[in-house]
Amino acid sequence: MLAIIDYGVGNLFSLASSLSYIGVESVISSDPEVLRRADRLILPGVGAFGDAAKKLRVTGLDTVVREEAAKGKPLMGICLGMQLLFEKSYEYGEHDGLGLLPGEVVGMKGRLSDELMIPHIGWNALELKSSSPLFKYIKNGDHVYFVHSFFVPGDNESTVATAEYGLSLTATVQKNNVCGCQFHPEKSGEVGLSILRAFCEM
Amino acid sequence: MITKRIIPCLDVKNGRVVKGVNFEGLSDVSSPVELGRFYSSCGADELVFYDITASAEGRKLFTDILTEVASTIFIPLTVGGGINTLDDFDRVLKCGADKVSVNSGAIRDPDLIPRAAERYGDQCVVLSVDVKRVDGVFRVFAKGGRENTGMEALEWITRCVRNGAGEVVVNSIDTDGVKKGFDLPLLREVRAAVKVPVIASGGAGSAEDFVTLFKELPDIDAGLAASIFHFGEVKISELKMMLKQNDISVRI
Repeated sequence: MLAIIDYGVGNLFSLASSLSYIGVESVISSDPEVLRRADRLILPGVGAFGDAAKKLRVTGLDTVVREEAAKGKPLMGICLGMQLLFEKSYEYGEHDGLGLLPGEVVGMKGRLSDELMIPHIGWNALELKSSSPLFKYIKNGDHVYFVHSFFVPGDNESTVATAEYGLSLTATVQKNNVCGCQFHPEKSGEVGLSILRAFCEM
Repeated sequence: MITKRIIPCLDVKNGRVVKGVNFEGLSDVSSPVELGRFYSSCGADELVFYDITASAEGRKLFTDILTEVASTIFIPLTVGGGINTLDDFDRVLKCGADKVSVNSGAIRDPDLIPRAAERYGDQCVVLSVDVKRVDGVFRVFAKGGRENTGMEALEWITRCVRNGAGEVVVNSIDTDGVKKGFDLPLLREVRAAVKVPVIASGGAGSAEDFVTLFKELPDIDAGLAASIFHFGEVKISELKMMLKQNDISVRI
């Protein structure tokens, strides 16, 4: 059983539906016991980093996620959930993340040329940088759907795929059992479903 | 880089698509679920469902069918039609919509866009605007294009974007249904006025019209159409191949 971590941010309907569609049984839960029993975890997230990090801390779920990841349980962060895996974010201040992956989340504002719009929203191509079990069913150049204004620079040591938007940004990270997607696999058509399927086989 | 989006728009009444798609292999040409799946499989980058129901029962049917669509089709969904309050936003977002399109509701209630943007984020709020030339001036029309509001279109669009609309669908009443191409002069002015994605709507009659749109106005983000896709005059897969051959970035 896969567990989607419910810590009060965002609508989890599409994510749960996409897992059900590919035949993966999942549960949406904030109960530490359910999360500990699950064989893999997804950390979703939309909204602001500071707010989400605080909710994880207040509910004590940050500890659960860290401990389960340390045991080797497959963990995937999606969108803001991916960013939360890192040490720190500079979204409206300076906030600590889970620290499961080394690196920082920074804003696009001031780093992009003026003609590019923020947020980075739409379908963009994946540039696969190194091999990952997540890429079992997809190929270089496949398109996925992004919506975000903050990003992890593409040269991070955990980055396995990037996307180009006036700069190189991290699209997918993976380090052993901990992985994440900046884009929304549950909104990225067949390619997105294939990445979720590969995660469930990881 | 971000690809140009091709977006079919489906009008739904009482939970059924009106002007059903005329394609072989579809068992139910009026089922939003079947049509959504069809368009998704042939390369649509996003789907717009427009609820043209007037009754409360029809609204319920619409949200039921939207839930079904959103649990079987995994590309971005935009929902419009009858969005007048934050409760309407809430109602369709809970069914799995990613973006909500407002038109007359924003004209009636100037606070709708800022409040929705504050609660759900700019990226969730789409301004849809019906524009028509009146004595050489672009004016905003309401009630499905029947009523001249007297508002100047560029001024209205700029104000809505400033208030939090994260995307603008520009529907030209002058070119709509004429099938001679998008309204490039209008789109050029809107593009220059705001810094959010602009979606062209109204006037496409052939795949070439999309090529012209993206060649003439490379900063327009998407093209939206309804009947030319539904009646098979333009096949999305072929359209995207043609765009690619013309060096326009698309998701194939």
